[in-house]
Amino acid sequence: MADASTSLPDDLSGGIIGADIAHDSAEKHVSGRALYIDDMPEPRGLLHVALGLSTRAHAKIVKLDLSAVRAAPGVVVVLTEKDVPGKNDVSPIAGDDPLFANHEALYHGQALFAVAAETRAAARAAMRLAKVEYEDLPALLDIAAAREAKSTIEDAKTFRMGDAAAALKAAPCRLKSRIVIGGQDHFYLEGQIAMATLGEDGDVTVYSSTQNPSETQHVVGRVLGLQSHQVICEVRRMGGGFGGKETQSMQIAAAAALVARLTGRPAKLRLDRDDDMVLTGKRHDFEADYEVGFDDAGRLHAVDLELASRCGYSADLSMAINDRAMFHSDNAYFLNAAHILSHRFRTHTVSNTAFRGFGGPQGMIAIERVMDEIAIAIGRDPLDVRKANLYAPGRDTTPYGQQVEEHIIAPMIDALEKSSNYRERREAIKTWNAGNTHIKRGLSLTPVKFGISFTATHLNQAGALVHVYSDGTIQLNHGGTEMGQGLYVKVAQVVAAEFAVPLSTIRIMPTSTAKVPNTSATAASAGTDLNGMAAREAARTIKNRLIDFAARLWECDEAEIVFSGGRVRAGDREMSFADLAHAAYMARVSLSATGYYRTPKIGWDRAAGRGRPFFYYTYGCAVSEAAIDTLTGENRILRVDILHDCGRSLNPAIDLGQIEGGFIQGMGWLTTEELWFDAKGALRTHAPSTYKIPTAGDRPDMRIALWNAENPEEAIYRSKAVGEPPLMLAISAFCAIADAVAAVGEHKTPPHLDAPATPERVLAAVQRLKGAP
Amino acid sequence: MRDTVRFTLNGKPVEIRAPDPTRTVLEWLREDRRLTGTKEGCAEGDCGACTVMAVDPQGKVRAFNSCIQFLPMIDGCALTTVEGLGGNDPVQKELVREHGSQCGFCTPGFVMALHAHHARGGSTEPQAITDAIAGNLCRCTGYGPIIRAGQTACATPAPKAEPARQNAEPLGYETNDGRGIRRFFAPTSVDEMARLYETYPDAVILGGATDVGLWVTKQGRRIETIISVMRVTELQEEWPVLDGVGIGAAMTYADAFEVLFGLHPSLRDYLRRLGATQVRDSGTVVGNIANGSPIGDMPPILIALDAQIQLRKGASTRTIPLEDFYIEYGKQDRAPGEFITHIIVGQPNGWELIAAEKISKRFEQDISAVSAGFFVSLGNSGVEGARLAYGGMAGVPKRARNAEAALMGQPWNEASVQAAMAALAKDFQPLTDWRASADYRLAAAQNLLLRFYLENQTRGALEAQRVTSLVGVEHG
Repeated sequence: MADASTSLPDDLSGGIIGADIAHDSAEKHVSGRALYIDDMPEPRGLLHVALGLSTRAHAKIVKLDLSAVRAAPGVVVVLTEKDVPGKNDVSPIAGDDPLFANHEALYHGQALFAVAAETRAAARAAMRLAKVEYEDLPALLDIAAAREAKSTIEDAKTFRMGDAAAALKAAPCRLKSRIVIGGQDHFYLEGQIAMATLGEDGDVTVYSSTQNPSETQHVVGRVLGLQSHQVICEVRRMGGGFGGKETQSMQIAAAAALVARLTGRPAKLRLDRDDDMVLTGKRHDFEADYEVGFDDAGRLHAVDLELASRCGYSADLSMAINDRAMFHSDNAYFLNAAHILSHRFRTHTVSNTAFRGFGGPQGMIAIERVMDEIAIAIGRDPLDVRKANLYAPGRDTTPYGQQVEEHIIAPMIDALEKSSNYRERREAIKTWNAGNTHIKRGLSLTPVKFGISFTATHLNQAGALVHVYSDGTIQLNHGGTEMGQGLYVKVAQVVAAEFAVPLSTIRIMPTSTAKVPNTSATAASAGTDLNGMAAREAARTIKNRLIDFAARLWECDEAEIVFSGGRVRAGDREMSFADLAHAAYMARVSLSATGYYRTPKIGWDRAAGRGRPFFYYTYGCAVSEAAIDTLTGENRILRVDILHDCGRSLNPAIDLGQIEGGFIQGMGWLTTEELWFDAKGALRTHAPSTYKIPTAGDRPDMRIALWNAENPEEAIYRSKAVGEPPLMLAISAFCAIADAVAAVGEHKTPPHLDAPATPERVLAAVQRLKGAP
Repeated sequence: MRDTVRFTLNGKPVEIRAPDPTRTVLEWLREDRRLTGTKEGCAEGDCGACTVMAVDPQGKVRAFNSCIQFLPMIDGCALTTVEGLGGNDPVQKELVREHGSQCGFCTPGFVMALHAHHARGGSTEPQAITDAIAGNLCRCTGYGPIIRAGQTACATPAPKAEPARQNAEPLGYETNDGRGIRRFFAPTSVDEMARLYETYPDAVILGGATDVGLWVTKQGRRIETIISVMRVTELQEEWPVLDGVGIGAAMTYADAFEVLFGLHPSLRDYLRRLGATQVRDSGTVVGNIANGSPIGDMPPILIALDAQIQLRKGASTRTIPLEDFYIEYGKQDRAPGEFITHIIVGQPNGWELIAAEKISKRFEQDISAVSAGFFVSLGNSGVEGARLAYGGMAGVPKRARNAEAALMGQPWNEASVQAAMAALAKDFQPLTDWRASADYRLAAAQNLLLRFYLENQTRGALEAQRVTSLVGVEHG
């Protein structure tokens, strides 16, 4: 267990903590030398795998005729569920995600079989030759259909705080409405991929583009009928993850490993983009129905919120994702009395999964919509309504019983309100809207409060393995994976700071289950918090041995030993870190250590719906300005001002990158990105030609600043997690568009804009307002 | 004809005898040459991760998506991949300095798109930089650092674009992969092309492969014979005709747009939205109209401008109005062995109101839900001419005859426009699909006409006001 001290090491090694240090792979990225799995030298005899996918949403598979596939040129093997030696299941929890469909197709795009051939082209060509006879069964394609059929992945969950029904009845004002929120494809630029090779005695090594190597190890073992010690999973880097490679990578890894196991040859499966998008899960789409009670100051008296999500055909991580939607349905606001009900619907569509924010964004957007509608109801600026409802001392209990202890969101909002000239711009926009019928503008400031920790408490642990070699160089291993977020460089900064050596001394090793076992997915924004602490613990163990050794060598007090600038000193005696490492080796001092960390203070009783799920909260706020064309619904985010809390940032350049990137990704979710399923349940926006993530031209004028205050909790060097929270800053963009729509009705009627705010939805909302009396 | 494809790769000569005619440049780079810096993100030319640069035999710098370009198409080019830049190119250095990569997978594509922009002597204005990378998707950074890196890098002296390698003899070959004979021809004269197409009337005529490339990568189609139009000398340049100009079938969008801007400067904003650099440097205007798609970006405005097309079959040519080319969905007025050589666009007389419009979910590099080309000429008695053409509203790009009739002879005022908007409902019964619903398509088509009127109430009266041209409000 790491000691509680969060003080910085003796020397910041030239200020390595808190410095703008480039991503460790930046030079390799720009020169094309960074190796992703498809770039690795291909082993001799490599087979290429393709998956055959269902073309029905729900159907009995009457006949799966794969004879033409088998006979196609270059084909080596064709596999179905019958060929699985272990268990035909790649699910993370519930046991309901078959590797290959078992006599029944449960969604359009589900994998039915795999074909392995000498080339990728041959495998894909052969895959098209399958003859599948289906017998269609009734398909539940959306939330409404599943609600009607009472089809769920688990029972509804409830949070209760106070007597919401009574408080609602007693409230001076009430409003009731709903919002529909679309899903989102991850669109990691590197599609799903895995390559499997065989060792002795049937051992398997899987190179997988995954956020979750330990789970990959378990799943591959389960499918192949191997034990964990026979499977290694390794990942050096991913070309993006965003949650889409937390569980969805398992199927790919398992299929590649199965082919390798059954043919005795190495095998690689790289999905075509279109197949990737129909086969793998996405952000859940939600519907939120609410009735709220409030007073004429806009302050909430009661919230009755009913959330419903489309989980898809299986459970995947939907339990925890919907829990997190509930956890964030208060966002930064004290609800006073609340009844929060969450339905988790099972449908015959792809199984929705983790995606940056993990349900949080959907819960949060509902309460932000409530704020805007209260503002319209009482004729106040929405910012004043938001301020009136912020958590504050004495009004600090969340609907799930955790106390909010850190009250920085109010001063952050005040600072951003000033720096963004919110009030002046509000007036300028009023003037604009009064003088323009065709283009309307809107403005919105929304906060983010995001809970940091896995809500499944056991996942909040991490391990690291640090080797110091006798030449003073260091290898760093830990359980976190690098998907572009900068985890590797941040953890390396921690180790470099602890030993007071230059960053170049540290060699960052690929994440491997053979080095660090029993790791959690790199997810929940917790990668640096967990792995940074574990790595620091490992480094400190070795450093303490070196201190002990140096004190004996120099016959001085341990307290006199100082590590600084790649050297070690005690009084006037000093030597290089490398010389000390060599001397320690010669004196038979162990220079390798593991480190382990578990997050303190947390505990969550899911059954009771009470506890402290989160170690701390990360905060942020954003002001977005939007313009809409009331004739076409075309819209644009013009300017964004952000103030975001990273505690004491380990690496402001990396953190700013997460903030800007997260915002734009969230903006895409709420504006241009639309998952469109046809009446038969087929996703028709399944490639970048039809599914539109933001481009450079969509980037608004952005002004981003960090709120530099220490994390009051003892996270790594008092920093805060940054991966997910900034995505939710983009809710301000959506609310700004809605505000511009509301201007059509002079802010007297709520615009009822659903997400994503495509031109079509915006125009429909405008037309409703124009048609309103 | 010559059966060996010859080009240079990062400065070194390459010769490949009779390669698979539809092997993509990306597959060849990654699999045959093990140059894995160039990435596959989508295999349909929509993400830019596979962007490479070529100096073509005409000496033009092109950035293109190697995932949908066939290997023989780069015959005679000087091809540069990210590996060819070493690591010290200004674009690479600035991307590192600005923290412009996160996961890094899209990065080589951005490097090459910006390098090509730089090599062309491209502007450092933010708009020019975002235009240069509009065809590159990044899911991590939010683009800010990439734009800044591009601005700084492009402010340095432009790199020397490696000269192309000239191949005198035209490329043309047959190859047999055991499943049958396949052919690739890149004739250099129209006569030769006409002769080849008469010999192989089932051949696919290939322009920039921004569409045909996907037949191979996404549909797994086997194409037996390809005749590329891109090396036909007479079709590589504009062709002056009386009162207008002919755009040759081998002219890329980028080439053709320079000509169109000259005729109709107001089309610049519209054409900027057609595809992105990689598409505009590869695809052709003639290809866009010849494939018959109901949602191509060019046909509505070209029909509104009463463009003509010239077709060639054997020794004979004919010229027809573009609008007559489209018979019904999937069917055009084109005989076997016949191909379009030119599209002829007339000179404006300076008194018409002209606009091209496009509605899509995303502003850049998106396929339109609705597109429109408007041409209205005004005289003393009101509207004297009206050509209103729409895409995305029917099985073919089509004029709105009822709406036009409602305008003709009427005063140019809102009442007339409202009548024309109502008439649009008689002209079109659009479909619902993933790009938009039928209701939205009709409403947007009507409102585009209204906006056209509002922006042109009197000649040139109002400056167009678009959400895309606005910045944040001014404040104290």
